[in-house]
Amino acid sequence: MTIQSGTPEAPLAPLGDTSSGVGSPMLVDQRSLAPRRDQSNELVRSVGPVVRVAYGWISKHFAAVLLGMILVAIIATFKQGGLDLMGQQLRNALVLGAIYALVAIGYTMVYGIIELINFAHGDVFAAAGFYAVFIASTFHLDSLATGSFGGLILALIIVFPLSMLGAGITGVVIEFVAYRRLRDSPRLAPLITAIGVSFLIEGIMLVIEGPDNVATNQADWITGTAFTIGGVSVAWTDIFVVGMALFLMFALGEFVRRTRLGKAMRSTAQDRTAALLCGININRTISATFFIGSALAAAAAVIYSINYGDLKWNLGFHLGIIAFTAAVLGGIGNIVGAGVGGFIIGLIYVFGGSIFGGEWSESLIFAVLVLILTFRPVGLFGVEVTTRA
Amino acid sequence: MTSNGASVAASNGAPVIELRDVDVFYGRVAALRKVSLEVHPGEIVALIGSNGAGKTSTLRTISGLISPRNGDVLLFGKSIRGVGAAHIARLGVGHAPEGRRLFARMTVRENLDMGAYSRNDRAGIRRDLERVFTLFPRLRERATQLAGSLSGGEQQMVAIGRALMSDPKALLLDEPSLGLAPILVDAIFEVIKEINSKGTTILLIEQNALLALKTASRGYVLETGSVVLSGPSADLIASPDIQRAYLGM
Repeated sequence: MTIQSGTPEAPLAPLGDTSSGVGSPMLVDQRSLAPRRDQSNELVRSVGPVVRVAYGWISKHFAAVLLGMILVAIIATFKQGGLDLMGQQLRNALVLGAIYALVAIGYTMVYGIIELINFAHGDVFAAAGFYAVFIASTFHLDSLATGSFGGLILALIIVFPLSMLGAGITGVVIEFVAYRRLRDSPRLAPLITAIGVSFLIEGIMLVIEGPDNVATNQADWITGTAFTIGGVSVAWTDIFVVGMALFLMFALGEFVRRTRLGKAMRSTAQDRTAALLCGININRTISATFFIGSALAAAAAVIYSINYGDLKWNLGFHLGIIAFTAAVLGGIGNIVGAGVGGFIIGLIYVFGGSIFGGEWSESLIFAVLVLILTFRPVGLFGVEVTTRA
Repeated sequence: MTSNGASVAASNGAPVIELRDVDVFYGRVAALRKVSLEVHPGEIVALIGSNGAGKTSTLRTISGLISPRNGDVLLFGKSIRGVGAAHIARLGVGHAPEGRRLFARMTVRENLDMGAYSRNDRAGIRRDLERVFTLFPRLRERATQLAGSLSGGEQQMVAIGRALMSDPKALLLDEPSLGLAPILVDAIFEVIKEINSKGTTILLIEQNALLALKTASRGYVLETGSVVLSGPSADLIASPDIQRAYLGM
């Protein structure tokens, strides 16, 4: 091996994780957020045996502990308000989870390919909501959607792709302007521009849309043709929203697994130099990643405005960080993990809120963020890594 | 691997690869100084030298991973200075890089497919895949395994195979024997000769100078970023300086 003296190159990375499935849509080696094993052992050794055992146990069974607590919360909700409340809350959790999941995927994809936490991503989400409102008013979708069921479907067919296109372009422009030239800079530099871009977009939205909530007139938009299961009223929009999210996630997984561009994305994420040597256009691949991630955030934003009926200039900040938590929960870089993480965060948000009171929801979410990073930094689906030189 | 004639490989007598007085710097540190070398069609050329002599930097310069500060790099007589690495790969340079750099979380088959990323001729790709599997039967058995789970020797096979999948006119091999058992080293070098016998021009770096020179027709000796000696392999092997410094005689 010829390590050039004075070469500012990292030594060659150890290859591999043997334990994941073949052709998994995972973009990044999940060790990136994990403490080095020997360090963590040292840390653990310095405390007493009881703590050590407890730490090890929680790390190992983190998913079970978390899901167990959620289950307890669901049961407690049932005791509190019967099937009605529980069903209603489950519905809320699913819709909210779908939104978090779609936004989380954007964080995880971008992190996977350029190891950047794209703080502007939440604001792209919020901007996409305003795009959707603009598109709806431009094409007079209100009247179209309320006219008939067919009109409603047509309205959705117009608003989804156009908002996704708009947000996708926004994401590509952000990467081009704020991140591309910093790609080989120390990690901190693009992180700071990301925060800058985030504030910039929020500032623009504040100026254009004003400081107050902006109604998206969801009542006119979607005539909620509800039906009822066991006392729980389910709107068509609920089914549509969750179905749309699941479909987009499935489509993305297949895209990354099978298509040429998807494979280019995975290989660029794993080894950019090797991808270059294979003739892959790195810039185009990274642009595509930003486009897809932002487009999915836009789908989430349309879903959000349909369901909650208003948008606000700083909506993306909070929602973005919560979605980021979902991405970390699923293991940053893991697309499937981000999707599942989104739904789990939705459950925690809604059922945690129904037990402790809604004002505690966000505190709970961020407590979970701290706990994951402490006990299970590779995420719920992270696996013990065996390497081989 | 039949060379598809539509490429730049117009056999106008120009060297496949040519470096003219190339200087390469990492920051303020010079990695290469006034390096000139030529690799002619059908040749195997060896780059030898100690650690830090600039062998890997030479290959990285040719495949466009680093750009020279001064001098020129030519491919089939045309300058590729400032051309991006992805584009150079598409022009017919296959590079099995230092450290192998496999896509560890992709299967062996997917790694090989990525090598053929910029090709469209399905029949040709299938033929070359078959060829790689014939050269390295182990890879056929391991096709659905993740590349990161393979042994060092198998990973080296994937690295060479992936470079071959681009149907390269010129193949750059960075220490193909690194970390391999002696018996495997011989096998890999047999394969290298076989690849060359089908018309692929090869420039290789090798720590084992004797093995490199026995395989190659010519060699260049690098020391601290400069070419200090070059010539036919037989002459280099016979040179007392080379024998003392690199052949341990």
